[in-house]
Amino acid sequence: MINLTIDDKQIEVDEGTTVLEAAKELGVPIPTLCHDDRLKPFGACRLCIVEIAGMPKPVTSCTTPATDGMVVKTVSEKLHRLRKTTVELLLSDHPNDCMVCISSGECKLQELAYLYGIRENRFTGEMRDHNKIDTNPFITREQNKCVMCGLCVRVCEEVQGVGAIGYAERGFEARVTPPFGQNLDCEFCGQCVSICPTGALSGGIWAGKPRGDSVKFTDTTCTYCGCGCNITLRSSGDEVVRVDSDKDNHNRGWLCVKGRFGFEFINSKDRLTTPLIRREKGGQFEKATWEEALDYVAGRFTEIKDKNGADAVAGLCSARCTNEENYLFQKLMRAGIGTNNVDHCARY
Amino acid sequence: MNSKVTVNVCMGTGGIAAGGDMVMAEFIKELEAAGIEDASVNEKCRLHKVGCRGFCARDVLVDVAIDGEVSTYQYIQQDMVKRLVREHVVGARPVKEWLVGDDYHTFHDNQTKIVLGDLGKIDPESIDEYMGVDGYKAAEKALTTMTPTEVIDTVKESGLRGRGGGGFPTGLKWGFCAANTADQFYLICNADEGDPGAFMDRSVIEGNPHAVIEGMIIAAYAIGASIGYVYIRAEYPLAVDRLHMALDSAKEKGYLGKKLFGTDFDLKIKVKLGAGAFVCGEETALIASIEGERGMPRAKPPFPANKGLWGKPTIINNVETLANLPHILTKGAAWYASIGSEKSKGTKVIALTGKIRNTGLIEIPMGMPLKEIIFNVGGGIEGDKLFKAVQTGGPSGGCIPQQHIDLPVDYEGLASVGSMMGSGGMVVLDETDCMVNISKFFLEFTQSESCGKCVPCRIGTKRLLEILTRITEGEGKEGDIDLLLELAEDVRDSSLCGLGMSAPNPVISTIKYFRHEYEAHIKDKKCPAKVCNKLLTFFIREDMCIGCGMCARACSVKAITGEKKQPHKIDNKLCIQCGSCFDACKFSAVLKE
Repeated sequence: MINLTIDDKQIEVDEGTTVLEAAKELGVPIPTLCHDDRLKPFGACRLCIVEIAGMPKPVTSCTTPATDGMVVKTVSEKLHRLRKTTVELLLSDHPNDCMVCISSGECKLQELAYLYGIRENRFTGEMRDHNKIDTNPFITREQNKCVMCGLCVRVCEEVQGVGAIGYAERGFEARVTPPFGQNLDCEFCGQCVSICPTGALSGGIWAGKPRGDSVKFTDTTCTYCGCGCNITLRSSGDEVVRVDSDKDNHNRGWLCVKGRFGFEFINSKDRLTTPLIRREKGGQFEKATWEEALDYVAGRFTEIKDKNGADAVAGLCSARCTNEENYLFQKLMRAGIGTNNVDHCARY
Repeated sequence: MNSKVTVNVCMGTGGIAAGGDMVMAEFIKELEAAGIEDASVNEKCRLHKVGCRGFCARDVLVDVAIDGEVSTYQYIQQDMVKRLVREHVVGARPVKEWLVGDDYHTFHDNQTKIVLGDLGKIDPESIDEYMGVDGYKAAEKALTTMTPTEVIDTVKESGLRGRGGGGFPTGLKWGFCAANTADQFYLICNADEGDPGAFMDRSVIEGNPHAVIEGMIIAAYAIGASIGYVYIRAEYPLAVDRLHMALDSAKEKGYLGKKLFGTDFDLKIKVKLGAGAFVCGEETALIASIEGERGMPRAKPPFPANKGLWGKPTIINNVETLANLPHILTKGAAWYASIGSEKSKGTKVIALTGKIRNTGLIEIPMGMPLKEIIFNVGGGIEGDKLFKAVQTGGPSGGCIPQQHIDLPVDYEGLASVGSMMGSGGMVVLDETDCMVNISKFFLEFTQSESCGKCVPCRIGTKRLLEILTRITEGEGKEGDIDLLLELAEDVRDSSLCGLGMSAPNPVISTIKYFRHEYEAHIKDKKCPAKVCNKLLTFFIREDMCIGCGMCARACSVKAITGEKKQPHKIDNKLCIQCGSCFDACKFSAVLKE
């Protein structure tokens, strides 16, 4: 175990713990922008700098391993000045259009500007113009808002294992981009969108949808497959406007393209909202109640079973159902109907 | 003719660029035509390809030695060879007007050459010539008679420090690395020399590649690395070729590969070409580049000595550092420690450029005063202008003014005045250089070479550059100097790697020593050195103008008018201060103020 002091508070941590993690355990806040504890430390934004006794210069707490007897200061005039300069520099190359930005209220840069009280910026100058309109409906890139924290690049590489984006160019023109500056063409899982600290990456279908107070948050489970990822639906009135996932969940906040962006069916006009029954061959589907529909199905099963035996019936379930649902389904087939003709796309 | 004639033609990059290959071909032709080769039974006349002797400004340099008596010629071109052969080789009368002058000798005589010692003397493409100067003896001694710990201790005692810029004690770094337990250790030779105007490493590899390889064998043995890399810029094609050639011949002789010198030590050296990014000279970015990633620095710790290439303990040494090792092992740590100053031992190779008479590659003992380098070795300021400052350490260094001319050039000395040794670049500036413009020049370089990873470097250097640009264009504002200083300090203190940490040095040091020049630009809207065109007014002196019309033709905004053979005039309302007329006038009639 390692003992260290952070802002005059003692703490004991395991070997390999970073200074930032130790501070978090102590409840000492350190600003970050490029850090996410689900990814490897990067040390790019320089906001989490701290002063460590014996070290000539401030170091990033996200990358510095805690060592025994270390004495850390997270607050000082010098650190405040350096962090404030960094935020000012970022804002000097940012559209600052928070009023119409989809990420307003959830933007880390906005929060930092507020924390450091940056009303006036000492620095002004050229701003990048890297915006590019992609053709995909899922991910919108507004690269002029990119702070180059590298979270999107790292999540794509480290979590998704895809590596669809990387860095290009040097100096002020350095940017995150798909290969050769082409359109984004990937799995569109949207992990990058979920981790982007600003409005640089957002969901295409969220655009112009309500945000802020009018939005209700409902925790639920994704119904697309048996993984059962925890999701949070954001809805306004009757409409689901966005899907999120909390990083403290069992799926650590990661979702796939369907879970994250495939929610428009909920409010679709084409969606079935009641059972339909076709009462005779060639007839029309007619709306029915659940009671009516279940009675009809049960009646027909009994008929077929009486006439041709239970093995004339077979059941095929889905990997999209949960384990419990799949269990109940085979129970229905085996115990209820009396056949072993039961299967599903991932096999029982 | 019984005398032994040797002709040495400088064939470094500088030599070849000046026409060395044509001069050499001409020598072969003319010597043959003169029947000299036929006349000799033994090999009497040899044509060497020799590497850089450091005085590229005088290329093509040619040595003609008859019976061991050497005459050195400068500025030799193809059409001059015939006369040299006729008069000197055949007629035994040296061509006096083409011989080098006294300054050539003061340039060389004031140097102490260890690393550059054999450059210009031996053929870099021949391993036998290197062995002729006791090559590979030091590696053999280390591997067969010393333990790795003894090698590390010797290097520690010698006081050798990293020549790439950091100046970290080499032996100490090796010790940290060797203390690890790992299944694989790596040694990397950093030949990614990127400072503008720097060509130390290139010259050493081009002129004596085997010394670097021998140094690598010694270093690899000390830390237990069985795989070594040379990370070299692709922009150095000749160095790359000669390196490959040297590696192949070393392999043939059994100095690389399995069981070196009959011991159980194996070493394989691979060459990795850099793709032209300045930041890849930074060791963690260099490692990322070898691993196939984008060359972006990583946070330290962990230090490469503990966790470097592919996560294994790795030592990265600069070319010059490695080239020093054979000499240390042969002549001993005490000998090496006797050269140099108290804390900086040995010599330093320096690329001396700028407004100086003798530009070129020099090697001086650590601690030599700046004054001696500039006025003895360098021969003083070109055109007898006034010395203003010297920029050391490349774009990451600082400008040192007249008042510190007696400063000893070593790691501590340079750091004490806000500059640094860096890789050894030294650019001399005279009274016609504008210090604001100089610092803008270096910022342009560092900004465009920033990898973009960390905020202070990516955006901070851009904003610094923008402020400097507006000052040089007459748009400087009250408070700009303080803003520059504040931002420069913040970029220095919060950047991730050495590039960002040192990029503001030119700004900080020029403001420290030449604040008045900044003030003149901002308050008086004047450039005292008359460099920043936007701050100058151009006019034509009637008594000097012959009315040739060259200036009027050069002017893109038609601001100059005048009758043929009559003095012309510049309309300052139309003039955009581009300076084209000034450059075009052959009669010094265009003036700027």
